Amino acid sequence: MSAMVELRGVTKRFGGFTAVNDVSQQIVGGEFLTLLGPSGCGKTTLLRLIAGFETPTAGSVWIDGEDVTHLPPYRRPVNQVFQSYALFPHLTVAENVGFGLRMKQVGKAEAAARVGEALALVSLTGLETRRPHQLSGGQRQRVALARALVCRPKVLLLDEPLSALDAKLRRAMQLELKRLQRQLGITFVFVTHDQEEALTMSDRIAIVNDGRIEQLGTAHEIYHRPATRFAADFVGEANLLEARLLLQDADCVHVAVTGGLELTLPLAAWPAGASVALIAMRPEKVHVSKLKSPADFPAGAANIFEARIEEEIFQGATDFLVLLTAAGTRLSAVVANESALGDIFHAGDRVSCGLHADDLVIVPAE
Amino acid sequence: MTPATDRRTPRWRARLLLAPMVAWLVLFVVAPTAILFVYSFCERDEVGRVVFSFTLENYRRVADPVYLRIFNRSIGYAGLTTLICIGVGYPVAYCIGRAREAWRQRLLLLVMVPFWTSFLIRTYAWITILKQEGLLNGLVHQFAPGAAPFELLYTPTAVVIGLVYAYLPFMILPIYGSVEKLDGALIEAAYDLGAGPLRVFSSVIIPLTLPGIAAGTLLVFVPAVGMFAITDLMGGARVPLIGNVIQNQFLQARDWPFGAALGAVFMGLFAVTYWLMLRLGAREEETAA
Repeated sequence: MSAMVELRGVTKRFGGFTAVNDVSQQIVGGEFLTLLGPSGCGKTTLLRLIAGFETPTAGSVWIDGEDVTHLPPYRRPVNQVFQSYALFPHLTVAENVGFGLRMKQVGKAEAAARVGEALALVSLTGLETRRPHQLSGGQRQRVALARALVCRPKVLLLDEPLSALDAKLRRAMQLELKRLQRQLGITFVFVTHDQEEALTMSDRIAIVNDGRIEQLGTAHEIYHRPATRFAADFVGEANLLEARLLLQDADCVHVAVTGGLELTLPLAAWPAGASVALIAMRPEKVHVSKLKSPADFPAGAANIFEARIEEEIFQGATDFLVLLTAAGTRLSAVVANESALGDIFHAGDRVSCGLHADDLVIVPAE
Repeated sequence: MTPATDRRTPRWRARLLLAPMVAWLVLFVVAPTAILFVYSFCERDEVGRVVFSFTLENYRRVADPVYLRIFNRSIGYAGLTTLICIGVGYPVAYCIGRAREAWRQRLLLLVMVPFWTSFLIRTYAWITILKQEGLLNGLVHQFAPGAAPFELLYTPTAVVIGLVYAYLPFMILPIYGSVEKLDGALIEAAYDLGAGPLRVFSSVIIPLTLPGIAAGTLLVFVPAVGMFAITDLMGGARVPLIGNVIQNQFLQARDWPFGAALGAVFMGLFAVTYWLMLRLGAREEETAA
């Protein structure tokens, strides 16, 4: 696999503000990469650096083995889907989609065929003569997509293209974008602040924070093995607990976390030589049981303790629980709302909890 | 407004609100136009009084080649003025419209500053610049002492300079309005789709600011055709335009019916121009909405 897009030590400053801070990253050909981060983290600036709307203050941008750092947008083999769609209001749907081909002086017959193909790809056949203001939000989005894809870019850049759509349509478009990307094999670079969107669509996710890429990995890696406190906190819910080393055995360590709960972790997971670290734990990984006593837990559940349910929030398919352990540590947990045969939890109930050592992620203290 | 909310307010109250404006229009627009129209079919007696009758003689005289030539010349001057105003005004309006927000108001103010001084005074200022022993020739003399002085004042060039100077702000303001509304993402999208700066300008920026150009053209062309003060002062009445002729008929020749006929033809001409521009503007507005 070769790099389709490569950023080498890219920094972008606006006045005194550093939007992108020394980012070096490769984007593999044919992958769906999402830049995920809060607003103002620099993800859009990263996209604009690839598109050519910004020139880096330092570093270089490479696309398909070519240094494009100083090439204007109209000479780069990339196309963008804009957040506001940016459809030309004075042109019809077909003229909008054909704009890029007209600029590249593609022959009329070929252009017409490719416009037809692109519109069919996004299921808009029949709307050729409409103007953008006669279309719904979802249709405009598809026109914007067709307009970019018809140019057959090496990389398609998408700047929060789904943020203006309602939840249901957004969900449908997520799956459709993913399908299109697989079908066409084009590299997609997708910018979003919506973690669910990122987890649904991406081959790999780059967590962007403060102008840097904090972690790059598959959705699975990002969710289950967050590398930094920010990554753990930004993607999904997480119990973030400060852990202090108490005792080190031959193969495990004993730590005390915020509030006083004591946990045992495999020695290999603990940062070598550290006295403190951060433990991240997904709420659904906290095993909660009312019926089992601690002795009934399977052998793998190394950390077993008792707790009281402080709060129970009904969320439909799941229940969100706030637990207070006997030692005084507060944890959140998510349990399935099972059949009446299973456990039913209420505030005030005493429960037994178990944590598997594999479900605890140790993040080095910063 | 939907018909449902329309019904809630009594019609007569809505009409009452319109009354002052309707009265103003009737008194100062409809009535004078009607009088002008009626006069254009009348005759005059020896001392210039209007004699009510019905004749097409005045309109026949308008068709006289002398006046047709003046009409043509007026349209030519106004057309040239409009083109120069677009050429000079568009870049200015574009720069102001795309400037940072904090700067826009200040730059717009600069465009309006000339309106703080009387139009006549500003025109006289141009005379002192352009006249044979004026500022411009003084400057030329400073740098090229041997060169013959320019003869600018009382030439067609001076008239066009004066017209462009007077009407330029009326071109800049409407174009500024449509440039400011222009979504920057559209320009970026055009670049992204492979359009170089020239193509972006011709394929996206110009079509989307056409309503502004149309409005500016209307605001410049129509008054420029009828202008008489500038042609009098800077053209030295050597190149009479239709405005001068009409003014003469009313004030010097005391042939009001003929002046009225010239005015009526003139207004018909404007109505057609206006209608064309409006249609162009409306079509672009509709697609830009």
